[in-house]
Amino acid sequence: MSKHTLAVLVENSPGVLARVAGLFSRRAYNIESLAVGPTENSAISRITLVIDVQKHALEQVIRQLDKLINVIHIAELTSEDSIQSELLLVKISATDKNRFDVDAVVETYEAKIVDQDGTSVTVEATGEPSKLEDLLKALEKFGVIELVQSGLVALERGSTALSDRTLSPQSIPTADDGGQADYQN
Amino acid sequence: MATYNGTSMSGASALVKSLEASGVEVAFGIPGGAVLPLYDPLFDSKLRHILVRHEQGAGHAATGYAQVTGRAGVCIATSGPGATNLVTPLADAAMDSVPLVAITGQVPSAAIGTDAFQEADIRGITMPFTKHNFLVTNPNDIPRAIAEAFYIATSGRPGPVLVDVSKDALQAQTTFDFPSSISLAGYNPQIAPTNQAIEDAAALIARSSKPVFYVGGGVIKANAHRELLELAELLGAPVVTTLMALGSFPGSHPLHLGMPGMHGTVAAVTSLQKADLLITLGARFDDRVTGKLSTFAQNAKIIHADIDPAEISKNRFADVPIIGDLKVTIKALIPALTKALAKNRPDLTPWLRQMNSLRDKYPLGFDNPPDGAVSPQSVIQRIGKISDPDTIYVAGVGQHQMWASQFVSYEKPRTWLNSGGLGTMGYAVPAAMGAKVAAPDTTVWAIDGDGCFQMTNQELTTCALNNIPIKVAIINNESLGMVRQWQTLFYESRYSNTNLESKRVPNFPMLAEAMGCVGLSCDRPEDVDKTIEKAMSINDQPVVVDFRVHRDAMVWPMVAAGASNDDIQIARQTAPDWDSQEL
Ligand SMILES: Cc1ncc(C[n+]2csc(CCOP(=O)(O)OP(=O)(O)O)c2C)c(N)n1
Repeated sequence: MSKHTLAVLVENSPGVLARVAGLFSRRAYNIESLAVGPTENSAISRITLVIDVQKHALEQVIRQLDKLINVIHIAELTSEDSIQSELLLVKISATDKNRFDVDAVVETYEAKIVDQDGTSVTVEATGEPSKLEDLLKALEKFGVIELVQSGLVALERGSTALSDRTLSPQSIPTADDGGQADYQN
Repeated sequence: MATYNGTSMSGASALVKSLEASGVEVAFGIPGGAVLPLYDPLFDSKLRHILVRHEQGAGHAATGYAQVTGRAGVCIATSGPGATNLVTPLADAAMDSVPLVAITGQVPSAAIGTDAFQEADIRGITMPFTKHNFLVTNPNDIPRAIAEAFYIATSGRPGPVLVDVSKDALQAQTTFDFPSSISLAGYNPQIAPTNQAIEDAAALIARSSKPVFYVGGGVIKANAHRELLELAELLGAPVVTTLMALGSFPGSHPLHLGMPGMHGTVAAVTSLQKADLLITLGARFDDRVTGKLSTFAQNAKIIHADIDPAEISKNRFADVPIIGDLKVTIKALIPALTKALAKNRPDLTPWLRQMNSLRDKYPLGFDNPPDGAVSPQSVIQRIGKISDPDTIYVAGVGQHQMWASQFVSYEKPRTWLNSGGLGTMGYAVPAAMGAKVAAPDTTVWAIDGDGCFQMTNQELTTCALNNIPIKVAIINNESLGMVRQWQTLFYESRYSNTNLESKRVPNFPMLAEAMGCVGLSCDRPEDVDKTIEKAMSINDQPVVVDFRVHRDAMVWPMVAAGASNDDIQIARQTAPDWDSQEL
């Protein structure tokens, strides 16, 4: 098993997320993380999935996803050819006594303190999952009160967009009075 | 219909006009609150609406219609329970790749999500087993949704599509605008295979000395039976046809070894096990065919041609995948193979000799019951012999289904309809009704079990009232026979809840008569032919024959669930005599 990141362009229509999530659950594929959001094109949303599967199963996942009518394009993004990032918000105990140490950790990981109330601080960090893991480890000793993490998002390096590669769809004439079109042959 | 474009009308009228524009001639359904607005303009349409007695019947009837015509079958139901009654036929159609368009009414859009009266999230419920589904709440979106539904249902790998329309969308006014073309960004089925795939396949075939054509239902969907015949005769290799493919290749053809799988012939099952190449056409390596997957066709390379890329290497790795429409694929394969064979033609004679000897040594057969009762297999065999060659057979699920697959020779495509993937009891009567509507001049025999029949027989009323004279043979073994067979074999003959007592109650001929059909009965071997002939002579009314047969007959051969195909049994505890067989 190994982790794979998929960027899935979908039509921005109701129910799409349920279709994708439902597919994963009924075919017993495991989702490690999922992030959805708008894209440069208002008609298209982008789902970033991290899944833990074998190579052969990955092809199945991609082909099954591709069967969903609302799925427009799927690309696997590797950590070499893409920027991959997660967002972490973590609330830790911090008093005047240890504040200096907290600040040092935050600085090392290029994180930010975004809220504080004298007994706790909230740290915000973005970056690759491994970096955030290390940061969490370093913060653990202060006492984690609460934490929340986003799914991974990923963007290909270079000057092109994934949506450039979505083919302009074929236009199929409808039957219109002539009986059902013989779409099959 | 484009002539209506620009006309102002209700969403409901727009829906009816869109169905007409999509070439729909028949729909099966039942009205109710949420679809009342739709049934009003339907009243004036030239479209024939058949009022069924249960929505499950509407769904299976649409399936029978689709399997006979190759066009989308249409069913209509109201919101809530009407829609949920369609769940089984939709799942059934998804498993067997049947093009269906189901129209359901939904509560008014303002009430969606409030647990309103007769609200059910049918789009959510049917997501896993529809090819696609729509919820339409704006009347302007109705024509496009319907056009897309038919395109999606009938193109690529066919499947069911559901269009859920809210009541307010049906009631509101719209300006009719049926699209002249459709384009879907996320849906472009690949029709033409790549040349490379065809070349690779031809080269691999020309290097094989033990090839078998493993043919699935896709060949029938693609209307590629003529091409298949040409390809098979060109190579001269044996052909096996799965349960969904019976009739795609003439059953009586000398190259035909029969059906593979759990109740397949020894020759068909063994040919796959011993082959060095499976030329897989529109089949999907279903567990009922492969048996224990890791022991399936261990020495074979796999060519896998299918229109659905997700079938490739799903269950079994494909050495040569070919993605495309099967008619186009086989048409391309014929010249490529001709060329490859001209360079190198392997001698298939020893292989054919082995397989033919298996076929001759282990033909399908049955013993007559010791007590002089009617044998179920003989009834089915005689129906197959006495009926004209164009007859369409529609089976339920169970022993009678397997016997109907074994003891009738299917010579033409679309003459054998059954529920293969889902195994839906209750399929036969309504599917036969749909088949008869599609082919009114053809004899349609439902071969049903006494258990299955009791699930959906109310559609006989529909048949009687709508001049749909199907014939039903109830193979009455007074049991849930297939389950009883497994209890005999695997549960020490402890017959927990499989005794239906259906030789006592119900009285099937009386039940049939009550529904406006002719009811016949037969319980002596010497009356079987006479009774079939009597049923054949009645063509203005549905006929139901209660064939009261021996209870303990079993389906053989059999590969037990989860066992290897190598462990096929031809009778209880009896393996073929492999030692005397040169393989
Ligand atoms: C809807 C449904 N429920 C239960 C089953 C499980 N099942 C498979 S075959 C069978 C028995 C069918 O009995 P009958 O119709 O009398 O046919 P027979 O096997 O006796 O020929 C049952 C209960 C099923 N396939 N479908």
